[in-house]
Amino acid sequence: MTGNKAVLTGEHFLSGDLACAEGAIAAGCRFFAGYPITPATEIAERMALRLPEIGGIYVQMEDELASMAAIIGASYAGLKSMTATSGPGFSLMQENIGLAAMTEAPCVVVNVMRGGPSTGQPTKPGQQDVMQARWGSHGDYEIIALSPNSVQEAFDLTVEAFNLSEAYRVPVILLMDETVAHMWEKVVIPPAEEIRLVNRKKPNVPPGEYAPFKPEGEDLVPPMACFGEGYRFHATGLTHDEFGNPKTDSPEAQFQLVSRLCEKIRRNAENIIKTEKVMLDDAEVAVIAYGVVSRSALSAVKKAREKGIKAGLLRLITLWPFPEKQVAELADKAKLIVIPELNYGQMVREVERAAKEASIRFLPKLGENLHTPGEILEVLEAK
Amino acid sequence: MTQNENLAHPMEVFLRKSRIPHIWCSGCGNGIILHSFIQAVKELEMDSDKIAVISGIGCIGRVAGYVNMDSFHTTHGRAIAFATGVKLANPELTVVVISGDGDLFAIGGNHFIHAARRNIDIKVICANNFNYGMTGGQQGPTTPLEAYTTTSPYGNIEHPFNLVSLAAASGATYVARWTTLHVRRLTASIQKMLQKRGFGFIEVISPCPEIYGRRNKMRTGLEMMNWLKKVSVIENFSDPAKAEVSRDRIIIGEFVDMEKPTFESILYQTIKRVQEGKGR
Amino acid sequence: MPVRIWRKPLDLEKAKPPRGEIHIIKDRCKGCGYCIEYCPRRVLEESDEINKRGVHPPKVEEESKCVVCSFCTAVCPDFAIFVVEKPCEGGC
Repeated sequence: MTGNKAVLTGEHFLSGDLACAEGAIAAGCRFFAGYPITPATEIAERMALRLPEIGGIYVQMEDELASMAAIIGASYAGLKSMTATSGPGFSLMQENIGLAAMTEAPCVVVNVMRGGPSTGQPTKPGQQDVMQARWGSHGDYEIIALSPNSVQEAFDLTVEAFNLSEAYRVPVILLMDETVAHMWEKVVIPPAEEIRLVNRKKPNVPPGEYAPFKPEGEDLVPPMACFGEGYRFHATGLTHDEFGNPKTDSPEAQFQLVSRLCEKIRRNAENIIKTEKVMLDDAEVAVIAYGVVSRSALSAVKKAREKGIKAGLLRLITLWPFPEKQVAELADKAKLIVIPELNYGQMVREVERAAKEASIRFLPKLGENLHTPGEILEVLEAK
Repeated sequence: MTQNENLAHPMEVFLRKSRIPHIWCSGCGNGIILHSFIQAVKELEMDSDKIAVISGIGCIGRVAGYVNMDSFHTTHGRAIAFATGVKLANPELTVVVISGDGDLFAIGGNHFIHAARRNIDIKVICANNFNYGMTGGQQGPTTPLEAYTTTSPYGNIEHPFNLVSLAAASGATYVARWTTLHVRRLTASIQKMLQKRGFGFIEVISPCPEIYGRRNKMRTGLEMMNWLKKVSVIENFSDPAKAEVSRDRIIIGEFVDMEKPTFESILYQTIKRVQEGKGR
Repeated sequence: MPVRIWRKPLDLEKAKPPRGEIHIIKDRCKGCGYCIEYCPRRVLEESDEINKRGVHPPKVEEESKCVVCSFCTAVCPDFAIFVVEKPCEGGC
């Protein structure tokens, strides 16, 4: 460990939750608002312990509605901010996730997925919130969601989540499943100077000329002033023009704003999307998986190769925007695509849409039992 | 009169001029509350760059768009929670929440009591018009018993909140109630609250003739204001639990003015202690 | 009721109350009538004019009665009226 208390450079043995908290701090997060919920509580506990050491703010709010509102407020006041929750709390946050999307507030929301619906199975893993992450708030918007499959990646992708949120002025969801959150593994935290950090674009015009929602450049992202910097600007969840003025009657304003909120992610999708391709070059059968399930899938693919089956794995690291191109390319080559998920059929719909003609086999799983490599292998062998 | 048409209204520097006239109805008290707030800021010679005005949803929720300060019009009920993030992230800002009774005390009631409990340095000004005006006049948490609204067509069957009592019981360190007719006292009270540290709350009883008054035998703003004039009684530092708001009597005044460590002062002391290695 | 003794300020003869110049931004007026009703000196009255909002804005009935208390400004919900103190050289 170096003298830098924010970045705990070195080798650690951590859980996914703790690695996520350390990733946030290393990414520059200095404001955390949260509410206890299994299986995300350890993130709040770690932040409560660690943030004061580095002058950051931990505040325990009265509920998840408040947590989400508070991190948007902190973001507008200039701090990188985060909250962490699980299904029920994620449901409560949805309205203000929409507010963050509408007002382009950079912030990170961690959702450690447990079994749902409703209170469901609080201590068991799930991947049942992937569609909610995309479509949970009302109205049209685009969002970014990332899914780690190891404790190391819980650290790395939390840093990445902050960078993406700052770059695109969008809430970024870290969708971790309970297994990754509670699994303990070795994590290597690099030296601070080796961690790439992105900060929001700042306006370079005097206050009188600042239009807080006017994009600058090709990326469609407006520079962001913060409260107290003298810009005296207004933001609202109502449809607004480039100056933040409400435009509740104008179809043009509605189209201009909503299309830009979507396009700033869609047009930059190839810069955002990350996947991991394992033995796909000559694959005739392939597994598409994300989160903890991808670990079983990798094992199954390796076993299949040992048996002479040309199998491969496409691991989705970015879930939203959906890696459409990558899936379509795979569908052109593979005869069979297998999709194991810890739900009753969610991302398989996206795969079906992107893969069109390919033969698709969905493997649902609910409850504590994860897919075993053998279960996936069986399907690969049966093709 | 009006010799010089180019002479600007003295409050215009505090307003986003392009947004005036505002959307509020004739006789609505929201404009008076807005005037009173910026008058207080003017008289205190505060730096508008260091004030953030946060509002929720409802008629007065639009106020954030009218002030020439940093401002945010949040989702319904969440203004105080949002303001908590702003205040803690940048403690040098004066953070003012201006919102309505339905926003702050029905959908947002939980945030109000917890912010008051923490004694975070947020100033809340509540326009109480006894109903949900923006949606056409429904019964809400402050609608008097038996009053008529679109969702209490046979008379309201619910007891209303006593907002100043709720604020005092929740831990607010400054609590007052005024009406839009007591505008000088309201301005002085806002000034006092802005100068204090901690959670402050001012309820302003505000006429809503178009939506509420006309269903309750007060068809015009003047009728509502004259009612406020007739029934308001100033009882400073009387028991807020007994500060009634009824057809015959409205107790107004300051009810609480005390000192208590603020949330952020304790928070920053804790951070300092931890950083000095004396965390536990 | 106790008897109230009103004292007369010694300089009452010399003291000059300020005089106001009232500015009405007619098209902002929504006709609530608060400025007219609550002016302590009864300086204003409703005009016959109809503004672009379709209401009768106030007009000044007797400007010399205005003492610049500015209550009209404070109670106007629409930022439609304000008073400027007149310079006092000889005239007031």
